[in-house]
This record gives sequence, structure tokens and C-alpha cells, in this order.
Amino acid sequence: MSPTLEHWERSFNKLCDLLLNTLSTDEHLSIELSGEQSHFMRLNNAKVRQSGTVLDGEVSLRLSHDRRTAIASLSFTGDLEVDSILALDALQELRQELPQLPVDPYLVLPQNHGSSREIYSGQLLSPDAAPQAILPMVQGVDFTGIYAAGSIIRANGNSAGQRHWFATETFSLDYSMIAPSEKAVKATLAGQSWIPEQFQSQIEESKSQLEILDSPVKTIAPGRYRTYLAPAAIAEITTMFSWGAVSESSLRQGGSALDKLRKGKTLSPLLTLRENFSRGTVPRFNTLGEVAPEEVPLIVKGELVNTLVNARTAKEYSVTSNAANSSESLRAPEISKGFLKTQEILKQLDTGLYLSNLHYLNWSDRPNGRITGMTRYACFWVEGGEIVAPIQDLRFDDSLYAFLGENLEAVTNFQSFVADVDTYGGRALGGCLVPGMMIRDFTFTL
Amino acid sequence: MEFDLHHALNNLTLDAEWVGLRQVLEKSSTRYVRDGNPEANHKSRTQGVMVEVLANGQFGYAATNRLDPAGIQAAAEQAQHQAIAAAPWAIHSFTPDMRPKAVGQYTSPLQQPQDAISVSDLVGLLTQVCETLKVSDKVVQTSAMAQTVETEQRFVSSNGSDVHQHFFFVETDYAATAQDGSVTQKRTDNGQLARCYQAGVEVFDPASVLVRARQIGEQSIELLASEECPTTATTLVLAPDQMMLQIHESIGHPLELDRILGDERNYAGSSFVKLSDFGTLVYGSPLMNVTFDPTVPGEFAGYAFDDGGMLAQREYLIKGGLLLRGLGSLESQTRSKVPGVANFRATSWNRPPIDRMANLNLEPGTSTLEEMLRDIEYGVYMESNRSWSIDDYRNKFQFGCEYAKLIENGQLTKTLRNPNYRGVTNQFWRSLVKVGDRSTQAMYGTPYCGKGEPNQAIRVGHASPMCVFSNIEVFGGAA
Repeated sequence: MSPTLEHWERSFNKLCDLLLNTLSTDEHLSIELSGEQSHFMRLNNAKVRQSGTVLDGEVSLRLSHDRRTAIASLSFTGDLEVDSILALDALQELRQELPQLPVDPYLVLPQNHGSSREIYSGQLLSPDAAPQAILPMVQGVDFTGIYAAGSIIRANGNSAGQRHWFATETFSLDYSMIAPSEKAVKATLAGQSWIPEQFQSQIEESKSQLEILDSPVKTIAPGRYRTYLAPAAIAEITTMFSWGAVSESSLRQGGSALDKLRKGKTLSPLLTLRENFSRGTVPRFNTLGEVAPEEVPLIVKGELVNTLVNARTAKEYSVTSNAANSSESLRAPEISKGFLKTQEILKQLDTGLYLSNLHYLNWSDRPNGRITGMTRYACFWVEGGEIVAPIQDLRFDDSLYAFLGENLEAVTNFQSFVADVDTYGGRALGGCLVPGMMIRDFTFTL
Repeated sequence: MEFDLHHALNNLTLDAEWVGLRQVLEKSSTRYVRDGNPEANHKSRTQGVMVEVLANGQFGYAATNRLDPAGIQAAAEQAQHQAIAAAPWAIHSFTPDMRPKAVGQYTSPLQQPQDAISVSDLVGLLTQVCETLKVSDKVVQTSAMAQTVETEQRFVSSNGSDVHQHFFFVETDYAATAQDGSVTQKRTDNGQLARCYQAGVEVFDPASVLVRARQIGEQSIELLASEECPTTATTLVLAPDQMMLQIHESIGHPLELDRILGDERNYAGSSFVKLSDFGTLVYGSPLMNVTFDPTVPGEFAGYAFDDGGMLAQREYLIKGGLLLRGLGSLESQTRSKVPGVANFRATSWNRPPIDRMANLNLEPGTSTLEEMLRDIEYGVYMESNRSWSIDDYRNKFQFGCEYAKLIENGQLTKTLRNPNYRGVTNQFWRSLVKVGDRSTQAMYGTPYCGKGEPNQAIRVGHASPMCVFSNIEVFGGAA
């Protein structure tokens, strides 16, 4: 772990001590830290478009007093003198603000759920070495994407005495290798250690996959087709479960696509979705410092057995929390594998569409579970179990009650880990572990 | 801004072709009330500096929140190392001309300062909004959110730039969700978080806010008992609050030069527009006039200079339906040799600038509302976006709205629920048959335009009059 992060841990702990020592006996404080030291290198056509580093940290103070609560977020620099001045000012502002707020009936006070310290060190390229390590290997192909690497921190401390520290060093090379037809091989190499042989092997595999994309593109008319959704496409669909679906509060407040499941409808017995933290890629503690169970089954053999419940929702609806995050979204999703073998995918598909990736999904009719989106990258028309040609992109619009229900025909006997390479605000952690799926009569509209 | 950027620049020990420091201090306050109870009260303060260095024709950057001489010096050295390491692989060899000397300032127009309303009064108003939204027991959720943001930005450079811009933003969102049996309908204040402006607390005028809240609640109930939008190809009339999304997705993004140059192909996508299309492509009907205009007072993405120091001014991107100019910064203009605009923008101090929309507006036409409707024998009128999806080349789109009306014999008649429409970009814009006059125009915005690697969500504004499109595929919800 870098000296900066060791210093940050000491500094965060000291800041926690300092702030907690200022509290009166009827004040409650939760302190949350997220930070990163990252290198980003943006690539276009095997050249560098932009390259730079970001050193960023943010600490959030959640102060509760007299049945009211408010949060202040501010920069965390690791310089205790600077940070303590800002944090003490923020705490004072919160004290002045709380009496102006109404009573919060669903207030959750910090508790001591136990402390933890997890550190995952990696072997990363130095920022100055990254261009030379990556670019020679991809010359001659249209290689476009982003290399992101560095340390990520999540930490929490509170007035009940709990402390959590999670630090990890990771990299991701998220890229598209684009054929002259403008179709692309999309892939991500991610991990904690940069292994040149692994990089070389993946790039060679991607290059070999490019060849088939050079065939003329076939236009497919809208309609219903047998469709194989590869793991990356299923990962896109899995993200929709975090947006008005498995959240208990969204179910209670009319915002969930899974209301019909709650009312007794079922999906395919081939579908099992759970939160599985055992891979250790994301911290199990949430912003309140609550620690989620290692596994939370959500949909088991098509039946909704649990939802994601945070402590606030639990208090409002008198249900049990499973330490979900504030938005009750998936943090470590896994969809169970089935029985369809890799070598049988095309044979079982017979005639239809093989879709590597989906793009820009949105609910088109949320209460009815209908999702629209586009095909993207390496998608093919298949006839008689043989790939015929890449396709002109198609728009789908179909209900998960159909394509994950009676039309879900098979699930692959392997899963792929699709890393979350999101960098809005900061680098994301984790990803999802998902199989591929064979769908009967998937609906395409444009 | 407490940190002296000039002092920091002058104290740097660095041998570089060009150095720029961009400091951002942003303070925001978010108040969110749900079903009359406080859901979130959150204040946020972020401050940092982005150092950019030009070396061997390549810009390198380093962003830091360590605002002391050692922190800035370390960032500058890192930025220089990045430039030097990347230069042999650079996509283009740039010169300091990409960062012209810029001197000036900008302040958002506002009638009342943001601290003119107390926390208790603002939270009280939001609570009242929730009460007003709940017009019936069938309203199962009400919510009211207000965010005020003050952003101070300073840009100084080794070639004499000194720009100080001071922004005040206000964003509000009021929503009611109604349920009756298996039917659920949500209605909001012109679409989720669409009311985004550079403004002061004058936007919290209780009389106006509560009238809107009442209508939102009533329309959520009205939608429960309404008919599904028909499935047909017909005349489609779009209100300005849906035109915002239509402009954003099918004009704004495809005209971004960095997409056309391929930078975004691994993330947001490319564009059906080619560099050779500028000056020749008939993008839409002759009624179509689109401007990039960061000078519109109060619109969400107004500014005087972009983050590279280019002076912001109004430009026609499309005139009389003809594509003229791209959404491209000086770097993209140099790479593409296509005329662009001052749109090199970063979300904050911790992200590098890229080509973005700012205020992108469809200019008003000459038709009054009555003139627009009177010749429509049968059609559908839609307002307020609720669903959006478009392909990575910005061709095939499908958009859904919250609220619709059937148009019969020139009149708005029955209310329709779950209205959706789909089309292909150029074909759609060539079907534009009427553009409303200034009386039909409205202005909205969003803080969530996502793009870039690393990802950035940025503020954009869109103004549009009401518009009529012929022969568009419309449809309703799932059976």
C-alpha cells in the first residue's frame, strides 16, 4: 500500500478521534470517507488522448441530535491540520442547522456493529510507465478506451465506537477494439496486479475476435428472435435491478418494477439473483457502517424471497434491515449459473441473434417490467448454429416478466465477472458475476 | 476563494511550454422531503485545483485537493511527467494556442441571493409541496427536492489568462406517484429534475410552486383512469419539456466533435454524423434552427469562457435545417478542421475538460399554439420525459413521456397514459412541420449529462418552443 494511503489511515483515525471528542453526550456522529489516488489514461485509435492523475478524498459527517439529522461533506486531504479546521467548522454548521429541521421519524442512530480493516495491495504500473506498457501491443488496431489504476479507500467511524477501513489497489483497462465495419470487440482487463503475460494473452484473443467482425453487416428486421445474451449483456440487465426494482422502499412507494413479483408472480425457475460479498471486491459495510450478510438471496428460482433493505427503510416499515446502502442498490450482484455449455450455445441458439453487449437501457414501462435498449459491439446473426454476419444494431423493448420468465430457456454453466468501471465522482468498486442466457422470442422494435 | 492561485502559479518551479491552474470551490445544499418527512439534508463543499501542463505537444494533468505550495508543485510535476510519458503516443501534437489568453469574469444573474431563504423556511415549503401533491389517498408517494449550488472557478495560466466565474444554480424536483390496483403513474414538475436554472431563491415563490404541485398531484390521479396511448403512426406534438430531451439526445450528442473523432467510442458512443457532413448535411426540415448559446441569462449552462479559456458566444449549429458547426473545443477544431464552439468543459476540478453541450436551444418559429393544433385532425400531444434510450451512433431512439393528450380535430381531448414514441434521428427532424413561436417556448436543464472517460456528469440547459412532427410511431405501455 502506498505511503499516501498509510498516512490517510492514520490521519482519518485522528480526525475521527478529534471530532468524536467534541460531541456532547446527546449528539451522535457518523464519519464516512471515500478517496482515491488514481491515474487515468484515455486512448483513441491506439494513441493517448488525455492522461493525468487525480488525488481526491471526501469525508461526510452525519450529525444527529434531538431526533434530527443532517450531513456535511467536505474535502479530505490527509493533512490533519487542514482537515480538522474544515471538519470542525462543518460540525459547527450542522449544530446550528439541526434545530431548524423537522423531527425525522425514521432517524437511525449510529451503532457499533463491529469494526473491520481490510487492505488489498496490488502491483500496478507506475503512471509514467503505463503508455509504454500498453500501447506497443495494440499498434495497428483501432484500440480505444481507458486505463484507470490506483488506490481506492472507503472508511467509516462513528460515535458508537465502530471503525471500518477498506483499501484496495486496482486497475482496469476497459477497451473497444474496433473493426473497419465499426463493430467492436469490447473487453475489460481488471485486477490488482498488472501481469504483462495476461495482458498480452487477452489482447491477442481480442485481435483474433476482430476478424469475424470484418464481414459485411446484416440488417435484421424488427421482430421476435431467439436470442443469446452473453454475460456482458446480462450485466447491463442486472444493473436495472438496482434502479427501481429490488429496493424495499421503491416497492413500498410505487417505484419498483418487481411489484408483480411481490404480489405472487414468478420469473423462470432458472433465475437466481443474490448479493454475494464473498469475493471481497467491495466493502460489506454501508455508509452507516452496518455490515451486510455475506450472502443475501433476492430472487431464488424465480421467486422474490428478499429485497434490499437499509436501516431507514426497516424503521419506516417495521421490517428487518439487511444493511443495504442508502439507495438500496446492488453492490455485489451474482446470478447463478445453469447448465448450458459454451460449446452448445450456438447449436442451441440454432437461428437467431447472439448479442455480446447491450447499451443505454431504460424502463419503458416500469410497473410492467418493460425495458428498452440497444444492441452494441459484437452482435451476430446466427443460422443453423453458425455465425453468419455482424448485425446492424437493433432496439429491443421487452418485459423482464417475459424474457426472464417463460421465455428464459437456458442459463450457461459458466459465469463472468464484469467489473464495474464507472468513474462518475470517483472510481467504482466491484462488479457483477453473471452467466449468459438463452431467450426465446426476444422482442426487437426498431 | 481563499487559495491564491496567482501566487501558486508564480511559485511553480517547472520548465514547461504552458501551465494552467483551474481552481474550483463548490458549495451545495440539498433538501429532500418525502411524504412530508425530512429524507435528506446535506451540505457539501469541495475544493481543488487541476494543473495542466503542455510538454512535447501533449497536455498532461494532475488534480489535487492539497492546496499548499508543495501540493501544487507535486501536481504540476506529475502533470508534466504525464505529458512527457504520453507524448510519443499522442493523438495530436498541440500548441499553447489551444489555451488562448483569457481575461474576464462572469456572475450568474439572480434576483435574490441563495441565503435569502432560511433552512427552516425552505424545508417548510418542501413539506407544504408534499402536502399539496397529495390530492388523494391514491397518491402513494410525494417528494420535493431543492438543491442550491454556488460554484466559484478561477483559471490562471502561464500565458496570462485570468478568469473568474461565479455561478449560482438552483435545481428543484417535485413528484407524485399514484396507484390504483395494478396501475401506477408518476407525474413530476416537467420531468425529473428538469427545472434547473442559474438563479437565486426567487424560484421558491410559494404561490407559483404550490400551484404547480397541485397540478402535478391532480394529473397523477388523472392518469390512473386514462386510456393507454394508441399504437399508430400519427402527428406528434411535443411540449418544450420533452423537446429538451429530444434536442439533447438527437442533436447535442451526435454533434459533439470528440464523439465524431472517436474519443467516446468505448463509452458514450460515436455519431452518425461525419466530419464531411458539416456544411452539407440536411439535418432536419427548413424550420429547424439550433443554437449553442451560453449567453442566455438564467439558462443552466451559461458562462463567459470555457475551461480552456475560449470566449463563449452564441453560434448557429443548424440553420434552416442545414448542419453548419460542431460542438467542439479548440482541440477538437484543430484535430477535425471543423468549426466549433467554446465548449471545453469539466465537471469539477478533478476531471479534465472535454467537448460538452452547454445551452443548446431550438430557436422559436412563427406558429401560435392554436395555429399548431388547428390543422391536426388526429394526433398525440406529449409532455415531460420519463424514459430515454438511443443507440451509440445516435440514430434509433425511443423516448417515453409522463403525460399525453389525444388531438382530435384541432383540439386536445382525452388524457393518455404511458405515451412513447420512437424514430431515427434525421428522418425524425425532417418530419418537423411546425415550430411554435416565443409564446410556446420554455427553458429547462439537467445536471446529469453523462459522458467521458473518466466519467463526468455536467450541467446543460435546453430551451425550445412546442413542435409538431408528422407521421411518427407512437405507442403505449405493456399489455
